[in-house]
Amino acid sequence: MTTSPKTRNFRIDFKTAGPAIALLILCVIGFLLNPAFISEGNITNLLTRSAFIGIIAVGATFVITAGGIDLSVGSMAAVIAGVMIIVMNGAVDTFGTGVTTVLIGCGCSIILGLGAGWVNGVLTTKGKIEAFIVTLGTMGIYRSLVTYFADGGTLSLNYDIRGTYRPVYYDSFFGLPIPVWVFIVVAICGWLLLNRTAFGRYCTAIGSNESVAQYSAIKVDRIKTLTFVIQGLCVSLATIIYVPRLGSASSSTGVLWELEAIAAVIIGGTVLKGGYGRIGGTILGALILTTIGNILNFTDMISNYLNGTMQGLIIIVAVWLQRGEWGRTKHKTE
Amino acid sequence: MKKLGKISALVAAATLSIAGSATAQDKIKIGVSYPTPTHAWAAGMNWHAEKAEERLEALYPDVDLILVNSPDPGAQASALEDLVSVHQIDALVVLPFESEPLTDPVLNVKKSGALITVVDRGLSQPGIEDIYVAGNNPELGRVSAQYMKTRLNEGDNIVVLRGIPTLIDNERFDAFMAEMEGSGVNILDHKHANWNRDDGFEVMQDFLSRFPDIDAVWAQDDDIAIGVVAALKQAGRDGDGMFVVGGAGMKETIKGIMDGNELVPVDVLYPPAMIATAMDVTVAAFKSNGPVAGRYILGATLITKDNAEQFYFPDSPF
Repeated sequence: MTTSPKTRNFRIDFKTAGPAIALLILCVIGFLLNPAFISEGNITNLLTRSAFIGIIAVGATFVITAGGIDLSVGSMAAVIAGVMIIVMNGAVDTFGTGVTTVLIGCGCSIILGLGAGWVNGVLTTKGKIEAFIVTLGTMGIYRSLVTYFADGGTLSLNYDIRGTYRPVYYDSFFGLPIPVWVFIVVAICGWLLLNRTAFGRYCTAIGSNESVAQYSAIKVDRIKTLTFVIQGLCVSLATIIYVPRLGSASSSTGVLWELEAIAAVIIGGTVLKGGYGRIGGTILGALILTTIGNILNFTDMISNYLNGTMQGLIIIVAVWLQRGEWGRTKHKTE
Repeated sequence: MKKLGKISALVAAATLSIAGSATAQDKIKIGVSYPTPTHAWAAGMNWHAEKAEERLEALYPDVDLILVNSPDPGAQASALEDLVSVHQIDALVVLPFESEPLTDPVLNVKKSGALITVVDRGLSQPGIEDIYVAGNNPELGRVSAQYMKTRLNEGDNIVVLRGIPTLIDNERFDAFMAEMEGSGVNILDHKHANWNRDDGFEVMQDFLSRFPDIDAVWAQDDDIAIGVVAALKQAGRDGDGMFVVGGAGMKETIKGIMDGNELVPVDVLYPPAMIATAMDVTVAAFKSNGPVAGRYILGATLITKDNAEQFYFPDSPF
């Protein structure tokens, strides 16, 4: 069979580049199913679609690395989108339908995102409630608030503002749609913050062992709250590029985004119980999730009812690949 | 024990006062129970129920309609009990959250002697309801397919976006496929878009990448259709006689039809206002000299430019 050093290389490749290989395999499958998969249009759609979950997942990487979890992001996105629409519609009378109104909407989104993240953080740290429970609570609150604001229906953005705001989702800049640029910028900032700053090292330290971090004079509460604030900021950025797509928000906006974001983070190699985070992996994770959905729409070989099964299987296999344990056991038995 | 005595005394007092108030007024009390609106269609239903309450109570001063909405099947079962014990209703109009868990609670209301009207979602046992009012899901599929056939020729291609995998979705889809059979129109593929704008947008984007030649889209639902239209416009494939058929009767869609929108030229009705129909029929059971018990299956009317106005409610949330 294979020689020993070769096997080791093979294994190491899988451990570090697992998500990338999984994505590559998916793309090959997609191409084999239908060559239109690699058409420019489809690749652009894929990247743009990944931007929402991807941006949110970059924030989630910080929260999870520091040992927390945020279940409220999907509902938070929905309520921020709802309030943005209400605010922009309300600002039409005073500020017209131009860029000013859109900027007011975006500003409002960022303030709400930071505020909502801060609430999650403070309740977790100062309130001494588990992040899971806090964000489960705020998830319900935000979801019902958007239903309430929309009177159970759908909030729609004023038609003329939509004209002004539409390019933010649909226009391109140097061949890449604007949401993809936002995604790239957020990813780079996230990577620098996690890997090149004291803050990033503190997150990892807190996630590994909170007590030790405390004794090492790390301001644990402040850092943990900040991770939730970053998460909130990421949600508000994702919402800013989401709203111009269809110009509406309802109670079905952002449903299950929290789980997709968490799945993207874990597929990417971040450890769910904290202490180790990988922004690059998270981005690949988000791309993998979107690609699965895209491929399933490209084929009628698999029953529609089994879409969830395929997604579940691919998520598990992707994580299994990068954990790499299987390679080691195989090597031993040889 | 002392506490228990206190409570039972309270309960007795409460029962007395309720009995007192019930004899004081001999109004016809009709309970109306439906799920708390969490999506646009249900919000429209809520709006129409409130409108019908206003209108009927103004018309008949001795009719009292009591509207209750519940967030889950358990809460709805409790709400039904309260309608009987607290309000002592003479009739119940109910849109069950789910058929199975609400069959027994509705049966209990019937045992109290109330007239039962069931709306939209049937109960799991036959013969409980006196009046049944519902939309027609297979008809929605059939009417959509009939319209498609008037616009398309042999060899044309369509794609289908479906709702959430449920019985309702299957009924619509199966009837559509049966009607399309033998027409020579190719149905390229069908995918679930979950009655949701975002999913409609993404599924349609993928259909557009996958199939270079699509002549029409059956989106089954107005929310999905909004996503489909956005995807068509993004890809610049909204011209050349392309059209999208949705369903339900959303006010924005109907307004578009009135204004002559060529991309979404028609809609197929699955009206949230059916709750108002049910309330009307139930009141008629007390007021009309004609018999009203029976099954009322509403038509899945094709809404075109000519008749759109009568289905347009600008104040409704849907």
